[in-house]
Amino acid sequence: MTRSWIILGATSSMARAFARSVAERGDRVIVAGRDMADLKAMATDLALRGAASAEAMRFDARDPATFGPIVQKAELEPGEINVAVFVGSMPAQAEIDADPALISGVVADNFTGPVRFLAEIAPLLEARAGGTVVGVSSVAGDRGRISNYTYGAAKAGFATYLSGLRNRLTRAGAHVVTVKPGFVDTSMTWGIEGMFLVASPEKVAADILKAVEKRRNVLYTPGFWWLIMTIIKLVPERIFKKLSI
Amino acid sequence: MLWKTTDYTGWGRVHRAAGDLARPERAAELARLIEDSPGPAFGMRRSYNDSALNDTGRAIDMTRMTKIRAFDPETGVVEVEAGLQIGDLLRLFAPRGWIPAAMPGTGFATIGGAIAHDVHGKNHHVLGSFGQHVLSVTLLQPGGRQVVASPSRNKALFRATIGGIGQTGVIVSARLQLLRTPGPAMRVQESRIDSFDEFIARLDASSQTYTVGWIDGTARGAGLGRGILEEAELTDAAVQPARGGLPVPVDLPSFALSPPTVKLFNAAYWRKVPGRGRNSVKPIARHLFPLDKLHNWNRLYGKRGFHQFQCVVPPASVGVLREILEKIAASGLASPLSVLKRMGDGRAGMLSFPMAGYTLAIDFPARQQAETLIAELEAMTLEAGGRLYLGKDALAPGEMIKAMYPEWEAWRAEADKADPEGQLITDMVRRLALRSPR
Ligand SMILES: Cc1cc2nc3c(=O)[nH]c(=O)nc-3n(C[C@H](O)[C@H](O)[C@H](O)COP(=O)(O)OP(=O)(O)OC[C@H]3O[C@@H](n4cnc5c(N)ncnc54)[C@H](O)[C@@H]3O)c2cc1C
Ligand SMILES: NC(=O)c1ccc[n+]([C@@H]2O[C@H](COP(=O)([O-])OP(=O)(O)OC[C@H]3O[C@@H](n4cnc5c(N)ncnc54)[C@H](OP(=O)(O)O)[C@@H]3O)[C@@H](O)[C@H]2O)c1
Repeated sequence: MTRSWIILGATSSMARAFARSVAERGDRVIVAGRDMADLKAMATDLALRGAASAEAMRFDARDPATFGPIVQKAELEPGEINVAVFVGSMPAQAEIDADPALISGVVADNFTGPVRFLAEIAPLLEARAGGTVVGVSSVAGDRGRISNYTYGAAKAGFATYLSGLRNRLTRAGAHVVTVKPGFVDTSMTWGIEGMFLVASPEKVAADILKAVEKRRNVLYTPGFWWLIMTIIKLVPERIFKKLSI
Repeated sequence: MLWKTTDYTGWGRVHRAAGDLARPERAAELARLIEDSPGPAFGMRRSYNDSALNDTGRAIDMTRMTKIRAFDPETGVVEVEAGLQIGDLLRLFAPRGWIPAAMPGTGFATIGGAIAHDVHGKNHHVLGSFGQHVLSVTLLQPGGRQVVASPSRNKALFRATIGGIGQTGVIVSARLQLLRTPGPAMRVQESRIDSFDEFIARLDASSQTYTVGWIDGTARGAGLGRGILEEAELTDAAVQPARGGLPVPVDLPSFALSPPTVKLFNAAYWRKVPGRGRNSVKPIARHLFPLDKLHNWNRLYGKRGFHQFQCVVPPASVGVLREILEKIAASGLASPLSVLKRMGDGRAGMLSFPMAGYTLAIDFPARQQAETLIAELEAMTLEAGGRLYLGKDALAPGEMIKAMYPEWEAWRAEADKADPEGQLITDMVRRLALRSPR
């Protein structure tokens, strides 16, 4: 079967690992993001690793004008259309507290930008009656914590949207996988203190691909984060508000 | 964040460093780093010693620079970024009929590390060192200057870069000539060897491309030098692909590799191969990278870490090699991982390790007794006209190393030219005083 992937935020190491795994099995790939020089080099790399075709396109979550051309391009792609959203940004909470103007950017990168793109492309998945949307949210979206609650709130919004979109696309035979990674060893977390149980981007990418194949709805990756978050979610708010985790 | 402040070690975990590491994910980021805050580049830190350490300083972790830039399926010429691992290159291209021409005993080594130590594989006596298959390297030198060097362009710089322990600039990418393979597998023939003399004779007589000996460093007397000879050829026979590995989750207590355990292990391993020998077909990676199945196996040696002694001696000094082995066996300190190989004269750099002869590699837990023994073995190597491997040795004095590498001064001149302010100097280069004082 011909499968095409549109990968948003493709310059992330998590996205790169995922893109390589679908390229190696011969899928078609469109890598989209802001850094065109890197994306072009990435397209070459993916083609040489086995992608049936690989192209770079511009996508800026804060500039909806970049969405349409990608959707139009996807309409020309053969076979099953799949979308994977890795876009996200996480400025330190202290920076945001000092400059609340940063909030709209965080919300655009993690929530409204990706969501508007998905809304624009959803009809295509419905028309083709198949395909999968992978949306990378975060365990940070499961509960608001003092260390990153603005980012967490945007990720929670994204996860809620994905749940609704799943409800909608299921009717057309398409599927949505919500991904909630724990700590992953990427440029986002490089040098940040207090990281533990850090997973490699390759491990996360392999988990995501498995979840796509098995049509899982919500994926915690690595899996033990499901347990950790279940416990964290159970802590009563009157206790939780005093914790600094 | 750009810099991560962290503790890190070499593979042997004896030498340690604390410093700031940057890990660029894209070419532009790497270029900016070298322009603004140059430092030595490291790969997977599979070197046993302090070759990939810069204590109290900054360094660039290259492991995310892994893109393939070009490949020609007709000629087998591939251009890759320097952080790509040898094992990945093998996995990606073997199904298309091409493999790296020289591969070390671990698939986790990066292309940058393989170049900077001009690594050798089990086929060295036939196809030479890794550097002999490098068509060109692209370097970024402190200040941000980009230079391309090859056997015909910037020749001296090229010869100083291959085996050049990262001192001539950060290797960004390289063009490599891959080797044709009929399939992704190897036909392996294992034979039991009863003695040192038999080992040498069989290594000399072997007509196979991939030849290596596993040697029982604990056997003494008549059994001295007994072991298993593994000879292999590439084949188009069908095999199951290699599977993923297992982690070693914690440091093992020190008795795990104590002399009695090692003796038992070695004896059992030796008997595993029947007297009449054994044949099998294996995926290339399984045969060439046997230890990679056990991730972080260096933790088997516990917190104090371990040393690997690796020397090469010319054929005329084979007697010294036997004495070295006798000393090791008498000490009872050897670990299970001992390798004996025939080496050809193939080398591509001024500081390349290989020379025609025999190379012996043995691990020792890091203890005072072992370090005293290794010092003796090092002196014997020098006397034999041999050489120690810069990717492994952690103990030899600088003067001894310089005496073993006759082109050291020419190399130093090139390194000083490429990095006049000494911004690429690593702990090993400092320890051995290989660069000009400043
Ligand atoms: C199990 C095992 C088996 C091995 N078997 C063999 C063998 O059979 N033959 C053999 O020759 N070696 C062997 N080795 C040694 C290993 O191949 C070398 O140490 C190799 O250099 C490791 O590559 P690395 O990417 O980990 O480099 P590192 O250890 O990270 O770095 C090694 C050196 O290369 C420099 N360097 C790395 N990347 C760059 C770059 N991009 N630009 C400039 N300089 C750079 C570093 O500064 C450092 O000086 C083995 C090691 C292990 C652990
Ligand atoms: N690392 C973790 O521990 C962790 C944990 C849970 C969830 N996540 C999530 O995993 C995803 C991947 O992140 P990562 O860890 O790999 O970090 P990353 O390297 O910072 O990746 C973030 C990606 O988002 C892109 N991006 C940011 N803002 C954008 C915008 N306005 N328009 C278009 N693209 C934009 C970045 O592109 P540029 O290259 O152009 O900046 C980059 O490709 C993110 O959604 C992140 O929130 C990460």
